[in-house]
Amino acid sequence: MIAPPAERRHGAARLDRHIVPVALPRLLWVPAVLGFALIALPVVGLVVRSDLVRIPELVTSDGALAALELSLRTAVISTLLCLVFGGPLAAVLARSAARGLRLVRPVVLLPLVLPPVVGGLALLYTLGRTGFAGEVLHLWLGVTVPFTTAAVVLAQTFVSMPFLVVSLEGALRTAGERYETVAATLGAAPGTVFRRVTLPLVLPGLGSGLVLAFARSLGEFGATVAFAGSLQGTTRTLPLLIYQEREVDVDGAIALALVLVVVAVVVIAVARPRAAEGLR
Amino acid sequence: MSCGGTPGSELSASMWLHRRDFTLDVELDVAPGEVLAVLGPNGAGKSTMLGVLAGLLRPEQGRVRLGNRTLTDTAAGVQVPPHRRGVGLLAQQALLFPHLSALANVAFGPQAVGASRRDAERTAQALLDDVDAGELAQRKPAELSGGQAQRVALARALAPRPDLLLLDEPLSALDVDVAPAMRSLLRRVVRDDKQTAVLVTHQVLDALVLADRVIVVSGGSVVEQGPTREVLTRPRSAFAARIAGLNLIPGTACAEGLRTSDGVLVSGRRTGPVQPGEPVVAVFPPAAVAVYRAAPEGSPRNVVEVVLTALEPHGDVLRLRAGPPPGRPGWSDGLAADVTPAAVADLAAEPGSVLWFAVKAAEVMIHLAVR
Repeated sequence: MIAPPAERRHGAARLDRHIVPVALPRLLWVPAVLGFALIALPVVGLVVRSDLVRIPELVTSDGALAALELSLRTAVISTLLCLVFGGPLAAVLARSAARGLRLVRPVVLLPLVLPPVVGGLALLYTLGRTGFAGEVLHLWLGVTVPFTTAAVVLAQTFVSMPFLVVSLEGALRTAGERYETVAATLGAAPGTVFRRVTLPLVLPGLGSGLVLAFARSLGEFGATVAFAGSLQGTTRTLPLLIYQEREVDVDGAIALALVLVVVAVVVIAVARPRAAEGLR
Repeated sequence: MSCGGTPGSELSASMWLHRRDFTLDVELDVAPGEVLAVLGPNGAGKSTMLGVLAGLLRPEQGRVRLGNRTLTDTAAGVQVPPHRRGVGLLAQQALLFPHLSALANVAFGPQAVGASRRDAERTAQALLDDVDAGELAQRKPAELSGGQAQRVALARALAPRPDLLLLDEPLSALDVDVAPAMRSLLRRVVRDDKQTAVLVTHQVLDALVLADRVIVVSGGSVVEQGPTREVLTRPRSAFAARIAGLNLIPGTACAEGLRTSDGVLVSGRRTGPVQPGEPVVAVFPPAAVAVYRAAPEGSPRNVVEVVLTALEPHGDVLRLRAGPPPGRPGWSDGLAADVTPAAVADLAAEPGSVLWFAVKAAEVMIHLAVR
């Protein structure tokens, strides 16, 4: 028999008040509460410090709206790029037996551990006018990437892709190949198996990967600043604007920061519970 | 998958492949509409064999022909992928697609090979009715019991009308109280409907109920084959005897019956012409064995000194498992005697006790051994 999905079983256990939980050491509660406070309190601090009266005016300024629009637009595009390229990459990593894949995975994870600024510099010296790829693009196609909106998207995709690849590859491995084998013995060609069996089974994992990638893109700062600069309307996304405002108008920076907090909360709320809990 | 037409194509296969701990080297033929049971101990290569037939494993050397189609031929470089073989598989686990209803699970196969959704669902509903699961059509797999799920999985495996159905221990994950119903269902929809099938099992009952013929695989090769009843009543290998619940002593033929490697004489009745010196086996049921605490004197011709190794419940009697006394050859290892609990109490027998097993010559069948 097939076990019900973990989250459903989990939910049922939580609802059943007759179940006696195995004792959790009480001592664990202390660091657990402190850890939660470390995450929650700064958000509270931000709200407390904000000038609630001026917020509507601050966040609807031309600069703020342009930055918010640019942020959302680039984050959506880079999330789509993560899906188009990261999805197949995860499938290959999870399913292919090709040699050398063991060396590919650490490279894919590199952006997770690399400081974003370093990633931005790496992009700059690859796709910049003097970089080996950038030179080709510039000379043959007349395309210059750095300090354009395209550069913002590339920087965001660079740092976000591993989030999607990791959660999707995990979902693919958990789902296993047993169902795919059964589908094949029922006469389904590989394309049909992928569409009707593999994809539905990994949908929660894919969802959480997309949410993570979108959130990471939205908050991207270091790689963007190094590779795309901070030009209003072109490359100045919300995080960049907040950092800049911080030096001139603290209230404005805080108001914009709250906007990002709200967007993030909405993203998590919409994606919950399936996608976010897929993180476990 | 509809390319084969009637469910009942002839299978002939030979395969040679090396796995980590054994080399599989078997040939098998299944007539149209026949059910072949493959019996054997764990790790004998039974599932590997099914993997080759299903196209999930590529043998180093081998051929698989089903009806008039060649599915695998290593010499000619033919390896038809699983989805174009017309070979269905029902495994130990039902493995129903968790995101689809029972009906959609069964309709999956026909739809995958091009049937319209409506036609596929009509076929599926008919098949579900056929396996007594018609009222479960709209349930999701998580809402089915183990037995229900396996019935749906059977309907799903039959839905694309496979030319060959592989059954990989289809009852071994079911509770003891639902296995009999599933077994008779399999008999009805597989055997009575003349579906060519290969059944892997370690349950002698499955073979008796479902199979026309049996092959016994051990260590990667076929050690015995024949009609089910014959193999199970006249086993010639130790494994076949054990699954048939019979005792087996190997030796060479002599005038009175059989002589073991250390010269012990076992008297019995010959089942066919045997030349002295030929390898033979003596076979007798555990219920025919009488147990004594001291060497008995009396009519039983065959008396063996053994050491008790285990006591197992077996129906309403106790099965005594014996081994050879220290320093003696191992042919008496695993000999069994069925006695009543009261008799065991009288014997005061416990593992390690020295006992005497006696069996009348009239109860012992002697026939030619394997090879």
